[in-house]
Amino acid sequence: MDKKLEPIVKSVQDKFSATFEEFRDEVHLFLKPEQIVDALTLLRDEFNFELLSALTAVDYYPQETPRFHVVYQLTSIAKNRSVQIRVPVNGSSPKIPTATHVYDVANWRERELLDMFGIEFDGHPDPRRILSPEDMEGHPLRKDFPLGYEEPQFTFNFDEIDLRKPYAKE
Amino acid sequence: MSQIEEVSLDKFKHLVSERALTGETMLLNMGPQHPSTHGVLRLLLELDGEIIVNCIPDIGYLHTGIEKNMEAKTYQKAEVMTDRLDYMNPIGNNLAYVMAVEKLVDLDVPARAQGLRVILTELQRISSHLVWLGTSGLDLAAMSMFLYCFREREQILDIFELVSGQRMMTTYFRPGGVWRDVPVEFEKAVRDFIKIFPKRVDQYETLLTKNPFLLDRTLGIGKLDVATALSFGVTGPPLRASGIDWDLRKARPYSGYEQYDFNVPTRTEGDTYARYLVRVQEMRESLKIVEQALNKLPLGPVRSGNRKFVTPPRSEIGVSMESLIHHFKLWTEGFSAPKASIYSAVESPRGELGLLLEGDGGPKPYRVHLRTPSFDNLAVLSQIVKGHLVADLVAILSSIDIVLGDIDR
Repeated sequence: MDKKLEPIVKSVQDKFSATFEEFRDEVHLFLKPEQIVDALTLLRDEFNFELLSALTAVDYYPQETPRFHVVYQLTSIAKNRSVQIRVPVNGSSPKIPTATHVYDVANWRERELLDMFGIEFDGHPDPRRILSPEDMEGHPLRKDFPLGYEEPQFTFNFDEIDLRKPYAKE
Repeated sequence: MSQIEEVSLDKFKHLVSERALTGETMLLNMGPQHPSTHGVLRLLLELDGEIIVNCIPDIGYLHTGIEKNMEAKTYQKAEVMTDRLDYMNPIGNNLAYVMAVEKLVDLDVPARAQGLRVILTELQRISSHLVWLGTSGLDLAAMSMFLYCFREREQILDIFELVSGQRMMTTYFRPGGVWRDVPVEFEKAVRDFIKIFPKRVDQYETLLTKNPFLLDRTLGIGKLDVATALSFGVTGPPLRASGIDWDLRKARPYSGYEQYDFNVPTRTEGDTYARYLVRVQEMRESLKIVEQALNKLPLGPVRSGNRKFVTPPRSEIGVSMESLIHHFKLWTEGFSAPKASIYSAVESPRGELGLLLEGDGGPKPYRVHLRTPSFDNLAVLSQIVKGHLVADLVAILSSIDIVLGDIDR
């Protein structure tokens, strides 16, 4: 591990009994959902992580416990270093506290996760969908959401597929 | 299916002031079809006369599901989606993507390919800033700026056409190098551009920098302070105009940026005029990088020799069985990446363009997240327009330089 990251990882480990993984010099810290706000506040105030560079999620369907990882990518401009926090969330009614009062950028990013993954953020000031229309059903970036494509028709099954195509019939 | 639904104010109650509920202030839609929103963006404005009380951006009109689509394609094929992301910066997006893939599978890139990548990315940065300068000139009623800027941009697009066959969606960078070596005319074309461009920037500055109309419209307008900028995750020229010297090319050099001598222009005012000055200065710095990279450009291969990831050249396929097998395997199945996740970021003309790329051991990415700079830069808009006139909103929006394809993905 990068020497500069060692005190940060150690501090988070001691405080939140977090585990960590390493790959290509990147450090991923694993935390529980209820610890995330305290951990972000600690990293921002004590270790100069001013920037929440990315806030996203990964879906590990069909695995259910945990189904999602919510990913926080933090950047410190003053010290020029990065660390990633991952919060595993279960598949049934996924919920995690909001980080909007730590980083304002979390507001839109959390709305995006609500929209794309159906992960709810407890205490979010403006929980609306952000990219897809309000009346849309489902969450597109979940792995069980179909990508959608047109079935190729061949001579032998032309009529069969034609029947279930959505365009207007005479 | 398409019933017209009446939208009640209840939905936005928590976003507008109480005066809107009594009808004292007016709610007005700006967009989604509006010339100065630079794409399909809707801004719901709460107005007190002509003064903005609240601004609620509504995005998603250009959402195309690029992240989802990339999960269904092999690593090589997913690259074409990145061109369509921020369509003012396709080459920069390609660079972000190929660098992420190279980091995930640990692939080397020859020095010549890295040099070419730097030259083309910096030319792309200039062309992106030219479009910004031209269109924000249009927004401030300086029509001629648009014509001048597009004249120079055309010259850059011609260079892209020369190397890749395409003016915009080039997909010229590939994991492990670039598509093929540049033609012999390339050096002259770039040298011609280097020769004329400084004079052209001087021309723009003569027209604008001390222009009293521009100063009236931009000085002290849309001030963004450092704390707000950082909390909202603003990166790129808006952050540098607020006084933070943060440029990934300097802070975390990639693709050989450490060899080149250039400055990162910063201002402290944080207003629309400061953002203008930073970008104009950035064009000059980018040109310095292009010139140095062209002078230093080494000879040699432009693609990695690692046959597990990079297809062999056509000449080898006829004489080597292994090459034929590699060619076949790479174009049918693709290459596999480890079951791991990486985050890699580059400095796009708009800020930090990051990619969270996760592999699952197979030939397709398991998850691609694109951390696009315009998304976060637009979020701060509602904070900095409060108390300004509607006409100033146009100036502020263009000074943030958003691209809707970059926001909605």
